[in-house]
Amino acid sequence: MAKPEAWDVAIAGAGIIGCACAAAAAEAGLRTLLIEAGVPGGGTTAAGMGHIVAMDDSPAQFALTRYSQQLWQQLAPELPRQVEYERCGTLWLAGDEDEWRLAAAKREAYRAQGVPAEMLDARALAAAEPHLRPGLAGAMLAPEDGVLYPPAAAKFFLDRARARGARLLAGECQRIEARGLRLRDGTQVAAGEVIIATGTRAAELAPGAAIAPRKGHLLITDRYPGRLHHQLVELGYLRSAHALSEDSVAFNLQPRLSGQILIGSSRQFGAATAEVEPAMLARMLQRAIEFMPGLAAMSCVRAWTGFRPATPDKLPLIGPVEDPPHVWLAAGHEGLGITTATGTAALLLAQLTGQAAAIPYTPYLPSRKTEAVLEHA
Amino acid sequence: MARAAITVIGAGPAGLAAAVCAAECGRRVVLVDENPLPGGQIWRAKKNLPAIETEPWRRRAQAAGVEWRTGCQAAQATPERLWLESAGEAETLAWEQLILATGARELLLPFPGWTLPNCCGAGGLQALVKAGLAIAGQRVVVAGSGPLTLAVAAYLQQQGARVLLVAEQAAPMQAAAAALLLFSSPARVRQAWRMRDALRGVEIQAGCWVEAAEGAERLQRVRLRRGRRRWSLECDYLACGFGLRPNSELGQLLGCALNAEAGLQVDRWQQTSVARIWCAGDASGVAGVEAALLAGQIAGYAAAGRQDLAAAFIARRDRQQRASRRLLRRLALRQELRRLAADDTWFCRCEDVPIGEAQAYASWREAKLQTRCGMGACQGRICGAAGRFLWGWEAAGVRPPIVPVRVGTLALTETGEAQ
Repeated sequence: MAKPEAWDVAIAGAGIIGCACAAAAAEAGLRTLLIEAGVPGGGTTAAGMGHIVAMDDSPAQFALTRYSQQLWQQLAPELPRQVEYERCGTLWLAGDEDEWRLAAAKREAYRAQGVPAEMLDARALAAAEPHLRPGLAGAMLAPEDGVLYPPAAAKFFLDRARARGARLLAGECQRIEARGLRLRDGTQVAAGEVIIATGTRAAELAPGAAIAPRKGHLLITDRYPGRLHHQLVELGYLRSAHALSEDSVAFNLQPRLSGQILIGSSRQFGAATAEVEPAMLARMLQRAIEFMPGLAAMSCVRAWTGFRPATPDKLPLIGPVEDPPHVWLAAGHEGLGITTATGTAALLLAQLTGQAAAIPYTPYLPSRKTEAVLEHA
Repeated sequence: MARAAITVIGAGPAGLAAAVCAAECGRRVVLVDENPLPGGQIWRAKKNLPAIETEPWRRRAQAAGVEWRTGCQAAQATPERLWLESAGEAETLAWEQLILATGARELLLPFPGWTLPNCCGAGGLQALVKAGLAIAGQRVVVAGSGPLTLAVAAYLQQQGARVLLVAEQAAPMQAAAAALLLFSSPARVRQAWRMRDALRGVEIQAGCWVEAAEGAERLQRVRLRRGRRRWSLECDYLACGFGLRPNSELGQLLGCALNAEAGLQVDRWQQTSVARIWCAGDASGVAGVEAALLAGQIAGYAAAGRQDLAAAFIARRDRQQRASRRLLRRLALRQELRRLAADDTWFCRCEDVPIGEAQAYASWREAKLQTRCGMGACQGRICGAAGRFLWGWEAAGVRPPIVPVRVGTLALTETGEAQ
């Protein structure tokens, strides 16, 4: 295996974040080793929806998601068919007049950042998505949002990294050592820099990384081509994403290229097991049926869960750990890791190689003061 | 929301027997089955006519007050409740004791042309005929392995089909030994004699298998192989199954351990590794109808707390199971079957994944993630089992719903409320 100092960079974790970092590192000419205990892209990456979304929960989140979304758009021509990248747009649904005003404010915030967005009134919304329940006030359309199939996207980055000389090693990282890593089977990996991209388990290698697993449920239907055209999210979604203690559900629907429909979402802290919880699933599906009554009669084939790596301020950790030197974090992306994989890899590599970054990276530094942002919605 | 004392899933021989015995002990019993009439696969009803074998059990069940939920599928379960769907209606059902008699399904293996119209499983074609498919005068090749293919060939012949050939993949000596084992009990002798009558004049070849199915729009001929000999046979239908595999999903969802045959592990009373959950019949390991009836009676009495009554069936059940296992061992699948498919043969017919694409991956999990094989409407029941045989892929865990159901069914809370 690896001779001492054989690798410039060793990356722990081959989820979409680790794979994107590996591709960026290999492209920068660095000798790159990616280490994964399970199936590449088989953890949180595989459980996620694959919504490429600009999210304006905070200015820093907006900056990173928008930047990342633009990087995806640049990549689009190179993405293989299996990635199923499609710019279907997001409709942020306003249930009533209050939410309609929220949607209008959201549109202004998007426009202020130069992000395209437009308002659909009740009639335009009904025309765009005729299966939504009548009586919704309207929606804000973010036309540059899209969807993709995350495991295939992770594999795209992995293949790209390997094509540029990176290697994938099967093994579980046990601890960081001086200038390298030690695997659970005793193998020592010598590397100039170590990037920790193990998501919910990052704290095992980077003590102090404030990342907690946040469980989510998803369900996928049989094929119903033409039934759904946009990613649909209720404006109340941010409320759900915000709640830091309580379990919550929010309406979130995604059209797949296959004609299948993905139904989300739920958020739970402190869930002990990965099992589908019928009560939480039922609550999530009831919410979905409220918005789209026709879903109730559609056939579903599978429900599953995943764990989002959540940080207290809902921003990822991208940059050097405080100690030891030469160890970097790329983790804690909560529900936005698929979107921000591109931006994360770019920002981390900029720091690691001392290059200029396209957007400021200080908001995501692991050394920032992370205080819980309390619910304000 | 309804309450139940003992809930039996599956109204094949094992489930019928279990329900009857538990109810005759004075327990409240609900019997849930996906078909409109009882009998399961082996005693499948013909259109609206229940199979004659079910009659005594139906009468006893009626007399003992068994409540039927027909045309009803269990989609999800917790240690307290089942989520059921029938004709688009959903409900949750509380259970105290659960007897899983979910039977088995056919192992289908991919070979070129296996997804052509008119290519079916062996039991699959039989079910189609019982549902009304006109088979009289049609030329049928029955192939694959196991006692089921012979039974299906006999049935099709009785229905007026022209069974051109029964091809058993096991080598002639093995198949002959297996045939002798068919006579190991009086019931089996009677069964074998009936079959022999029906199959008079039908060509039966051992050590013979289908290498490919061919046809433009639908099946027109099969390419056969026996030893070094290869030939083609014009036909209208191919009924090809490679034996049975236990339906263990519901038990797995509830945390029941599996045994070496990928069935639910049970003790001498048919109890699974999980308290209050019992399993009888092929779901605990394929052993055929006689063993299923005996195991069902044991499970029914034991679940009702009457081990004293159950004990009388144990020795006979064990004998039947041993005989079945001996027979099935003789029919082990040959290596050549692993190499039939071409790169462009469909592996997963739900998601259109060819063999060449799937076999590039190291595990079922990885292949699923990257190619979506096993993620379609059959939930990997077909390609998952094929992948295990072809490449030794370990099955992934079971997730709800265990059969596709309406979204609204899973939207029910535990107490059965829609909102």
